[in-house]
Amino acid sequence: MTQKNRITGGQIDRSRTLSFRFDGKSYQGHPGDTLASALLANGVRLMGRSFKYHRPRGPLSAGSEEPNAIVQLREGARQEPNTRATVAELFDGLTATSQNRFPSLSFDMMGVNDLLSPFFAAGFYYKTFMWPAKFWESIYEPIIRRAAGLGALSRQDDPDAYDKGFLHCDLLVIGAGPAGLAAALTAGRAGARVIVTDEDFRMGGRLNAETHALGEASGADWAAGVVAELASLPNVRLMPRTTTLGAMDHGIYSAVERVSDHLPVPAAGKPRQILWRIYSRRALLTAGAIERPIAFENNDRPGIMLAGALRAYANRWGVAVGERVAVFTNNDDGLRTATDLAAKGIDVAAVIDTRTGGPLLPGIRHLQGAEVTGSAGRLGLSAISIRHANGKVESLPVTALGVSGGWNPNLNIASHHRGRPVWQDAIAAFVPPKDGPAGLSAAGAAAGLFSTHAALQSGAGAAVAALDDLGVKATLPDLPRAEDAPVAIAPKWYVQGKGRAWVDQQNDVTVKDVKLAHQENFVSVEHLKRYTTLGMATDQGKTGNILGLAVMAELTGRTIPETGTTIYRPPYTPVAMGALGGRSRGHEFKPTRLTPSHKWANEQGAVFVEVGMWLRAQWFPKAGETTWRQSVDREVLATRASVGICDVTTLGKIDIQGTDAGAFLDKVYANTFSTLGVGKVRYGLMLREDGIVMDDGTTARMGQNEWVMTTTTANAVPVFRHLEYVRQCLCPDMDVQLISTTEAWAQYSVAGPNARKLLEKLVDQDISDAAFPYMACGAITVKGVRARLFRISFSGELAYEIAVPTRYGDAMIRALMEAGREFDAVAYGTESLGVMRVEKGHVAGNELNGQTTALNMGLGKMVSKKKDAIGMVLSQREGLVAEGGLRIVGVKPVDPAQPLTAGSHFLEPGAAAVAANDLGWLTSVVYSPHVGSSIALGYLKNGEARKGQRLRAVNLLAKTEVEVEIVSAHFVDPEGVRLRG
Amino acid sequence: MIINHPLLGPRDAQEFTYLGDATLIDRPDGLSFPSADAAMDAMHDYLYQRSNPAGEHRELWFHEQGDRSWLVVTRNTVTHEILKVELARDVARMRGRSK
Repeated sequence: MTQKNRITGGQIDRSRTLSFRFDGKSYQGHPGDTLASALLANGVRLMGRSFKYHRPRGPLSAGSEEPNAIVQLREGARQEPNTRATVAELFDGLTATSQNRFPSLSFDMMGVNDLLSPFFAAGFYYKTFMWPAKFWESIYEPIIRRAAGLGALSRQDDPDAYDKGFLHCDLLVIGAGPAGLAAALTAGRAGARVIVTDEDFRMGGRLNAETHALGEASGADWAAGVVAELASLPNVRLMPRTTTLGAMDHGIYSAVERVSDHLPVPAAGKPRQILWRIYSRRALLTAGAIERPIAFENNDRPGIMLAGALRAYANRWGVAVGERVAVFTNNDDGLRTATDLAAKGIDVAAVIDTRTGGPLLPGIRHLQGAEVTGSAGRLGLSAISIRHANGKVESLPVTALGVSGGWNPNLNIASHHRGRPVWQDAIAAFVPPKDGPAGLSAAGAAAGLFSTHAALQSGAGAAVAALDDLGVKATLPDLPRAEDAPVAIAPKWYVQGKGRAWVDQQNDVTVKDVKLAHQENFVSVEHLKRYTTLGMATDQGKTGNILGLAVMAELTGRTIPETGTTIYRPPYTPVAMGALGGRSRGHEFKPTRLTPSHKWANEQGAVFVEVGMWLRAQWFPKAGETTWRQSVDREVLATRASVGICDVTTLGKIDIQGTDAGAFLDKVYANTFSTLGVGKVRYGLMLREDGIVMDDGTTARMGQNEWVMTTTTANAVPVFRHLEYVRQCLCPDMDVQLISTTEAWAQYSVAGPNARKLLEKLVDQDISDAAFPYMACGAITVKGVRARLFRISFSGELAYEIAVPTRYGDAMIRALMEAGREFDAVAYGTESLGVMRVEKGHVAGNELNGQTTALNMGLGKMVSKKKDAIGMVLSQREGLVAEGGLRIVGVKPVDPAQPLTAGSHFLEPGAAAVAANDLGWLTSVVYSPHVGSSIALGYLKNGEARKGQRLRAVNLLAKTEVEVEIVSAHFVDPEGVRLRG
Repeated sequence: MIINHPLLGPRDAQEFTYLGDATLIDRPDGLSFPSADAAMDAMHDYLYQRSNPAGEHRELWFHEQGDRSWLVVTRNTVTHEILKVELARDVARMRGRSK
């Protein structure tokens, strides 16, 4: 029989039937159902197994606070673990599976944990699995993880898109219950820009779950009418299926909109979810309240749920959870469940009311001063035991029990800025803190105002007040008459008993666990949480936290406010990683920057490498070359023998202009620049204020007041930031202006003995050695196109860098290669660039690692003491200038056939490979076709004095050890004849 | 967070890069001391001795994804309330810096 528990009424569309599957079995439901309501309608109460003891569990709630009914939704790549059946909107073809059970939900082998529960009490991780210590990682942890696993990932790429978006409003209304709708109506009619978010797919909040009338209409109809009016206002944005996750700073809220979770597959072009950043001038928390249970022995059986949820399933979804039900309450709201269910024709067997006195419910067996002491039923509730006021014990067969211990205002977001919630005795609950996020106020049940009348009035009033703050005049709308019952509650937290009474069902924390934590002197609420895991995991203790706190308070003999409270952090509910990542995944994780020669290099079959955001050609394989080494060796040898061309556009380029530009460069570089002649280039070393090298590069004086600085590729952005800092914060009156021109110029290195001959074919000026000597620079033209030429060399060869406006970059590389044809010019990539700079002994990123000084690099003399450059003073600190410190050296294997490994450490022959004997390390290793072996640069203690020594290069990770000889870092042309040629 | 840029109005903090304590503006001149030791001490204190207040803090922010202004932002480190935003260049001049 299908939907055997479906009764009349509710806001479901019975004209359509939806088919879905749970654990492989087919069921039917209707539009408007959640997975939980549809399963309950079909008589399915068992929906999951508990985390630790694998106890059979059904839904406790009808909302996002659900601790138990955690299921896996959908199949294949769209499989999503750990979702709550109570908020999963039903669609045709939905498939769901239960989690944390083997082999099946009704027979779970790990249920043995429940029998072994004495071993799994609070803190069991810390006690049971302590010895032997080495067992933790290898044995205990993997077993525990398998046993306590929640859902599983699909291990496939998520086929759906996720977006991020930005919204602005005058008033953000968080929650569309009576208070939120009244507020939105007030602000919307006043013309304010309003955003209303609600996690439900149907706005109205508890109005959809209650039977109270609002004026002449039902609550649900009134809500639908207001929603329709709001939807017609252009200044109001209604966002159902949107959970506000957290209060950030300055009125910014994050929210996730589940655009397509209620569809089998997102519509074409639509994302599955959108993560919104909402900029609000004022915000109103109208998120309602969450009911809390009363703990008693075995209070976790499927069929036992919060009284308000039992009523919601009947009123909103037309579901009788059980054919015979009871209600256990300490407050008047619980009585509503009994009257509502009775009105629906459901057999209400008894109301067990912990309070005495007061009127009895007419026509219902209302037991005052009684309590529920236990329950029975293997996979679902079959009976409860009741202790009457006179001590008599009764067993009452029922299949559903609604429990109400009172309601907690849903103040979660109001405590995101660490404001402490305030205890209110009258409602026996915490209300939002007074020092919550600036600009946020609360209304309705979220503020502890529980009647429908108070919700409507406070919502509208809060909107008027918020808009008044913003200088917008709003008037209270005519609000319908609504129930205004006072809160009548006598706090009751748990029923004394020998067995286990569950406080936090998601984490299997019992009253006993709280007691144990107390016995072991965990007094602080925060410690209680860590020790027992109370309030952790996907529900973050929305139903259990206050209960745990109350138990702790009772044990310590203090009041609840004296005991403390836990505050909440974002996100309000779990967020899929995909939503946080948005579009930033795969190729779009970060932007990709292409060099001006990229298209040409691609045509040549270049292999590319990511350098920061750039894609650079790494090498250019030629036909017949089977390993990268063959290509790189060829490129290096051809460059040194004739000429090679490399795209060096990625290096940072900063134009520096102004009458004080020279003085400015003297400030930011350790060496002097103001004395450099026009048309000259100088190598510059830039220090951080602490004396460590920040960056290096060449700076060219193009005119009296015009300079061009280059930075390393990696530091282009930080150096530019640093220069602006010095310019604005330290030298505010210097006449100097900066602009980054990295992407404005396409720049190519042309290196090798035939470099000049090649360039002479293209440039319009005389670039003979006399006219354009080593370290010259100047504005030139290339067949009439303006260009810049720098005679600088990273390779150690006769070399130039030539720059043309970026739009000519592609034409330029083609022109260079064409002009180089007669010289057998090669294009070379970053690998060859690296080989040649190591052969020449030039430092680069591996040597400028943020720990090294000019002295370490053998450039100590460059630091001028005659001027106050950044880092000059502190570069002379005792520890940085000590004799025998790290100095740069060249390294060769004694046996040329042996390869070196970067990161290897220097050790004396015979010294043990321990940190105390460490003499330094190899920073950069390449194979040098010039030397005919692996070569390296390295930092070595007292390195200058060790040239000629033999040491060991030991790498414990790569398990290599090579005997090496310490040599000069200049493997090629140490006298610098070639580059001056 | 939202930083009210003196020239551009309210901007999201994501557009900015944070540096730290605005006392960095008061950089001593390394050549103005009678001895190298005195210069070392002064520069050391300048660079490393910072207060870390729970409360009002003046700090440097760089509008990197914007107009490249360095700003001095007075912010309450406990509440993140921003009390004042100034151009660092103006602050530097007020504190006697020039070239």
